[in-house]
Amino acid sequence: MAKVLQEATKMTQVQKMVKKALTGNEAAAYAMRQINPDVVAAYPITPATEIVQIYSSYVADGLVNTEFVAVESEHSAMSATVGACAAGGRAMTATSSQGLALMWEMLYIAAGLRLPIVMPVTNRALSAPINIHGDHSDTMGARDAGWIHIFSENSQEVYDNIIQAIRIAEHKDVLLPVMVTMDGFIISHAMEVVEVAPDELVSKFVGIYKPDRYLLDIDNPMTMGGLDFTDYYFEHRRSLAEPMFHAKEHILAVASEFEREFGRKYGLFEEYRMDNAEYAIVVLGSTAGTAKVAVDELREQGVKAGMIKVRIFRPFPYDEIAHAVSECRAAAVLDRSDGLAGRGGPVFGEVRSAICDMEKKPVTMNYVYGLGGRDINVEMIKSVYKDLQRAVATGERALVNYLGVRD
Amino acid sequence: MAEQTMVATKHPVRRPAVHEWLRVKKKFPHLWCPGCGIGIVLGGTIRALESLGYSKDEVVMVAGIGCTGRIPVYVDCNTLHTTHGRALSFATGVKLARPDLKVMTFMGDGDALAIGGNHFIHAARRNIDITAIIVNNAIYGMTGGQCSPTTPLGKRATTAVYGSVEPPFDTCELAKSAGASFVARSTVYHVKHVEQMIRMALEHKGFSVVEIISNCHTYYGRINMEGGAVEMVKAMREKSIMVSETMDYEKARATGKPYVIGVLHRDTERPEYCELYEQMMQEAIGRK
Repeated sequence: MAKVLQEATKMTQVQKMVKKALTGNEAAAYAMRQINPDVVAAYPITPATEIVQIYSSYVADGLVNTEFVAVESEHSAMSATVGACAAGGRAMTATSSQGLALMWEMLYIAAGLRLPIVMPVTNRALSAPINIHGDHSDTMGARDAGWIHIFSENSQEVYDNIIQAIRIAEHKDVLLPVMVTMDGFIISHAMEVVEVAPDELVSKFVGIYKPDRYLLDIDNPMTMGGLDFTDYYFEHRRSLAEPMFHAKEHILAVASEFEREFGRKYGLFEEYRMDNAEYAIVVLGSTAGTAKVAVDELREQGVKAGMIKVRIFRPFPYDEIAHAVSECRAAAVLDRSDGLAGRGGPVFGEVRSAICDMEKKPVTMNYVYGLGGRDINVEMIKSVYKDLQRAVATGERALVNYLGVRD
Repeated sequence: MAEQTMVATKHPVRRPAVHEWLRVKKKFPHLWCPGCGIGIVLGGTIRALESLGYSKDEVVMVAGIGCTGRIPVYVDCNTLHTTHGRALSFATGVKLARPDLKVMTFMGDGDALAIGGNHFIHAARRNIDITAIIVNNAIYGMTGGQCSPTTPLGKRATTAVYGSVEPPFDTCELAKSAGASFVARSTVYHVKHVEQMIRMALEHKGFSVVEIISNCHTYYGRINMEGGAVEMVKAMREKSIMVSETMDYEKARATGKPYVIGVLHRDTERPEYCELYEQMMQEAIGRK
């Protein structure tokens, strides 16, 4: 009986979701309001400014209990966030592109000090030349900083991912900072229907942050980030790798609890029509939505097309992705940033590494696309599938391709 | 096309100097809001350079990010568009590599005094021969009207809806204290004065700072209910007092008017950084 009641309560909670028209930035600010962190330190940068600006109006209106600091640069924004979190507070900020680049030093410090900071990042191209539009170069550059990276396809996922990120970051076996990304302008400035949960549900889900160790704990005084030469630095960095190995299971556990409470399902990645798929593409962010249309159209024409949308980029789901593409004849990886590594973008490298030990593996190709916000459409994605089919049929392929660039 | 028309009518109109200096075909229309004061600063800069006889090849314009940071994008000389706050760092490199060129930076108040505050005081400390034009509209214009280091106490911004509680910087006092050897202020109401101040700054050897008070009616004016461009620019006349032969800096400050304009500080004795550097190098070579 109690169980039935419990289930019924959950049902009503799910039904209490309210539909709102929100942009990605608005959805991020809305989630932050419901999370109600202790400190938000921020500096404006296009196209992420809105997140913290809207948040500052929540502070002014007395809707949150947050201390808001308008600092003098992103370097200071992340420094203040690190300080607040080290002092035992739940601290957040948001940024984009050059702002993230200016945070570089502190990104590594946040991870090294095991501070569970959650930061929405509106993906934008990096200078030079200067560009304000969306691509993944900014966060891809931070892929080795020790942060968990969660990509979002639309405003709804931005909202959901930020709420889940708090739980993932603050889990005592994880304690890593998390960045939740959205494509600049394409998600951040486009208005969509977003189902938002009641405030009480979100605050119950994220709970109260109770760190085990923090500065200013007079009964257990401690130091953070102390000098660490050849004696212990290696051990400390090795211990930083440990939570990344196991973060996946906690990410999935949080996702399944989220599904129970909020009614929406998340995994490490999303498989779209991958059943018996022969040709697959692997993609991140908003392009997944466009790719789904391409897959549907190709399936109608009898092409066995499928798609994988990577949600968790760090830690990268190597084994799971390898398994997902194992039955495909060919797979293309779409990178919205150019790693300039001499052989394709960063996601391509990860996917190739993932399938490396498989006996039977798909033919792979890489497509760098959409730099600086260059448009990608259904026809372009269909041309990738056409290339994959040709590669399988004739054995002819170019390993690294640039999609939608003028020669 | 325009030139053909001029030939046809046989009434050639002398095109103003600014047209020769602008990337009209490549980069216009510009992104500034109608009524923005930055155009007056741009015009004043070009007229000052022209009157001093500089050719486009002799001038380097460096900028960071923001509305003011757009100035070099529209000017057809050597231009470098860099990152937020770092215009002076890039400019320092340019000046050391080519001391023969005239190096200018264009920064807004957020660019120069918040994210780039460190570089600003160190350029002043070195007294390097760069002319820094700082357009102060008391707000972050490009990102939507956030509170800046020059937003006056109590004035509102999108991130300070009950008014700013942080005391603002006085750009000119800061520059002077940090070691700038030429410091002047003007406002976009004083169009000819802007040109004059920039010309004097360009003639000065050493780090020269010209702060130009400008209007952001789109954000600052609207949020603080100070009216549109016309009202805000008109108010600058009321709020300004000019340093002159009869009114020295301290007397002018004592009037309580917010903007004391004119040349506020000039030190022709302080050695310039590139010259000191060259001198040190020659001495070191001579010693060998």
